[in-house]
Amino acid sequence: MSVNPDDPQFDIVEYRKRQASRAKVMAALLAAFAVLFFFITIAKMQLYA
Amino acid sequence: MAQSPTMSPLSSSADWRDLYALTKPRVMTLVVFTALCGLLAAPGHMHPVLAFSSILAIALGGGASGALNQWYEAGIDAKMKRTQDRPLPAGRLDPRTALQFGVGLAAFSVFLMWFASNWHAALWLTASILFYVFIYTIWLKPRTPQNIVIGGAAGAFPPIIGWVAVTGTLDVYPVLMFLLVFMWTPPHFWALSLFVRMDYAAADIPMMPVVAGEGPTRKQILLYAILMALVALAPWALGYAGLIYGVVASVMSLIFVALSAHVGLRRTVTDDKMLPEKRLFAFSILYLFLVFGAIVADHWWKL
Repeated sequence: MSVNPDDPQFDIVEYRKRQASRAKVMAALLAAFAVLFFFITIAKMQLYA
Repeated sequence: MAQSPTMSPLSSSADWRDLYALTKPRVMTLVVFTALCGLLAAPGHMHPVLAFSSILAIALGGGASGALNQWYEAGIDAKMKRTQDRPLPAGRLDPRTALQFGVGLAAFSVFLMWFASNWHAALWLTASILFYVFIYTIWLKPRTPQNIVIGGAAGAFPPIIGWVAVTGTLDVYPVLMFLLVFMWTPPHFWALSLFVRMDYAAADIPMMPVVAGEGPTRKQILLYAILMALVALAPWALGYAGLIYGVVASVMSLIFVALSAHVGLRRTVTDDKMLPEKRLFAFSILYLFLVFGAIVADHWWKL
């Protein structure tokens, strides 16, 4: 299934809005997981110290 | 792969909410809660960051299972009123994105579990995801009315995973928690399937009320409720849990069996609103929350 930009019902503004919202959430999640992995490493260093 | 013949054309790119809906967040609540109880009731100490990460891994693993389930069942979901507005049958999301999202999330959840706790817990998480997707969704659900009974094992894994994340080994107590969720699942789902059986019949899913009829389903609800009550009392009887758990489990199980008896011993009449079945379904959710809550309370304040 693919999006067809030639379709008269296709709304490019709405399409870009949804794409941007997905990208923002993905960026926030990746940042959150980077922080989480940092704290997991710190916690494990404390355990094995 | 089951594909919808009635899928509407994709009008726009999927929103992040569609990916979130793919993870079945409501089912995940119960999965996270029972896993958390297994983790909190386990002997030993776990660093709060590692405990949080382990629970997050279980939640993501549950979400991945839900996503893969919805990917496989898109065609079936399109036929049922209850599920036809999900992102895939509604056409808001394409199947390939759903599959990639599910597989990616599953792999990430297992890695996170291994990194935050131990390989033993990561192995249990892998087993639960594979069981849910391959044994329940693909193999059992479209083939046998006993799908819920055996497939219920997938939903019963979380307390074991939570426990193993702390201890690294399996014990009798988490196995009893597993059995409790395992026995709880049939009356919970069959109560639901009694009042949405037309939906299941339309989608050709061999749920118990569709295949065996209403009478045998009602009898089996009562039978499993009694077995579940016996399993619920086992941790207290065997000395793994104390008085707090014993009292909560006894009272809640008694009510559960009474509600199941009401469902099990009656017949549907004309224009039946199915209130006893709806009551049992709602109470079964409360039951699991309170009994598992009592497991933790009992661990912290042993009387």
